[in-house]
Amino acid sequence: MNRITHRFQELRRAGRKVLIPYITAGDPHPELTVPMLHALVAAGADIIELGVPFSDPMADGPVIQKACERALAQGMTPRRVLELVREFRQIDAQTPLVLMGYLNPIERMGHAAFVAAARDAGVDGVLTVDLPPEEAAEPIELMSAAGIAPIFLVAPTSSVERIRRTAQLAQGYLYYVSLKGVTGSAALNVAEVAEKLATIRACTDLPLGVGFGIKDPPTAAAVARIADAVVVGSALVAKMHELADDPERMRREVAAQLAAMRQAMDQAGMPTAFAG
Amino acid sequence: MKAALRNPVDFSQFPDANGHFDRYGGRFVAETLMEALHELNEAWRDCRNDPEFLAELDADLAHYVGRPSPLYYAERWSRQLGGARIYLKREDLNHTGAHKINNTVGQALLAKRMGKTRLIAETGAGQHGVASATVAARLGMECVVYMGAEDIQRQALNVYRMRLLGATVQPVTSGSRTLKDALNEALRDWVANVDNTFYMIGTVAGPHPYPLMVREFQAVIGREAREQMLSEYNVLPDALVACVGGGSNAIGLFHPFLNDSEVAIYGVEAAGSGIDTGRHAATLCAGQPGVLHGNRTYLLNDEHGQITETHSVSAGLDYPGVGPEHAWLKDIGRAQYVAITDDEALQGFHDLTRAEGIIPALESSHALAYVTKLAPTMRPDQSIVVNLSGRGDKDIYTVAALEGIQL
Repeated sequence: MNRITHRFQELRRAGRKVLIPYITAGDPHPELTVPMLHALVAAGADIIELGVPFSDPMADGPVIQKACERALAQGMTPRRVLELVREFRQIDAQTPLVLMGYLNPIERMGHAAFVAAARDAGVDGVLTVDLPPEEAAEPIELMSAAGIAPIFLVAPTSSVERIRRTAQLAQGYLYYVSLKGVTGSAALNVAEVAEKLATIRACTDLPLGVGFGIKDPPTAAAVARIADAVVVGSALVAKMHELADDPERMRREVAAQLAAMRQAMDQAGMPTAFAG
Repeated sequence: MKAALRNPVDFSQFPDANGHFDRYGGRFVAETLMEALHELNEAWRDCRNDPEFLAELDADLAHYVGRPSPLYYAERWSRQLGGARIYLKREDLNHTGAHKINNTVGQALLAKRMGKTRLIAETGAGQHGVASATVAARLGMECVVYMGAEDIQRQALNVYRMRLLGATVQPVTSGSRTLKDALNEALRDWVANVDNTFYMIGTVAGPHPYPLMVREFQAVIGREAREQMLSEYNVLPDALVACVGGGSNAIGLFHPFLNDSEVAIYGVEAAGSGIDTGRHAATLCAGQPGVLHGNRTYLLNDEHGQITETHSVSAGLDYPGVGPEHAWLKDIGRAQYVAITDDEALQGFHDLTRAEGIIPALESSHALAYVTKLAPTMRPDQSIVVNLSGRGDKDIYTVAALEGIQL
């Protein structure tokens, strides 16, 4: 079984929600990425989304755009991202790792070569932001054969028909984009998200992750009540940039930021009988 | 079925329902925009065969844009070059001075039908930005134009024109601060404001239906040119020449002639300082297939798939992608794509100005420079139609600066 599915089942049994931090590989420096990944796991990350930097990240807000630019300026490439994954796997064989990025770097490497290299490095899922399911037949086939979950986005604008079709092709989890906007946008509306999640749940049994616009422990807790997983990216990436000159402090504070979300989510996830 | 034998490909059947020109085109955007693209596609499908919409469009093209544009026989220049007869399709005479208005007038009508109240656009040289701001002013719609900070420096005149027209010019400081980054930023705006906003893409690139829709709005150029050649000279041209950045003026001229297999077609890209210097924007001549800005097409990118910076003296050709239909026409060999350097384009600019009293845009000057190579290889009974896609007033500061003259 894919590590992602296993992790969702494990936490569901434990009555906890899945916390998924995102960082951009190679930002603020390639050597800091793997230690940061381990620190995130220690702070309560259940799955990690690792951004593959791209020159033209159309779906990202300024925070992740700048992170991509910094990583590229330091020579990050898709192959080097996979080397970082391999390095992470030498110590951590359990935590599922999802690559998140854009299509062109994958096309340039070639889908078959990319999937083989990702599988060998220990990647569990791939979310390609600008690859909608209707254009993804070949990548889905290759990834499925390699035991890698193709992960797809669902948006506030997605129709029920599209959600059904996407859910049939997706594996691992569905990533619900909580608002109409780019990553790191203004706060999401929990009631609206809850309503849409109900619609999505009626279409699929896949776990539902929610991301875009989750910045702090209260929002993480609120989303944890209605979703299976909470994705947090820009808030962490911004903090990493702020403290880039002091790697020790950066790891400590970013870990603390994630741990605070973990704690808020775990309290939110407690059955009401215990809370009362 | 003689025509079918001559034309194994029926070009009117492309793209397919999902916007594919064989392997090129398609829709490669984040999920949030997929429904918006479907909605746009349906609105466009309803309009393109609606007599009322088409009548309104034709009236605007006639009375607002000033169509049909003349097909001018450049007799003196033809004689100087000593070969084929050269005809200029005078898109420079359109309102706002370039072909861009053909498309924005059409998209604005569509936006109005769809009940959108806000227009956004990206621009490189500023011509599409001006054409967008122009139609927005006319319809009383809010207009935001995204423009790379570098291009804002290079094209102060057009920036001021857009502001006069009431548009907000939003400087883009991400990435390479040019047209490709302006497109990224416009896409980000569209994602966030998808309910009330219409995104007017200025070229035949982007996700389906843009390459098809913009082609149809620009194809008025080729339809007119074809009719003008037949009615005035009773013959089809032997060759067509147009510059290619994203490729909208070129596809506009080429498309109505694609099934005329005896007509040779040349798209002219910007070779900048020379293709071997790496400082150029010759996507089809020197790039590889990839995915950017919503479509699969040829791109200029490095070995890791990162989009590379481009260079051209002409801001309107300074783009690392190209319309997917051009990518397909190149692969099947229906059109040939060549490249002209900055220096050659500048020479073309001066040549036409002195020979015919017409100051061409630097973009169009690339096509003209290729004509100076092509025409002498042809016979005097042969003819070339070249798309004079825009006028050069906007470029005189650039040209003067390059020649060390301060205005």
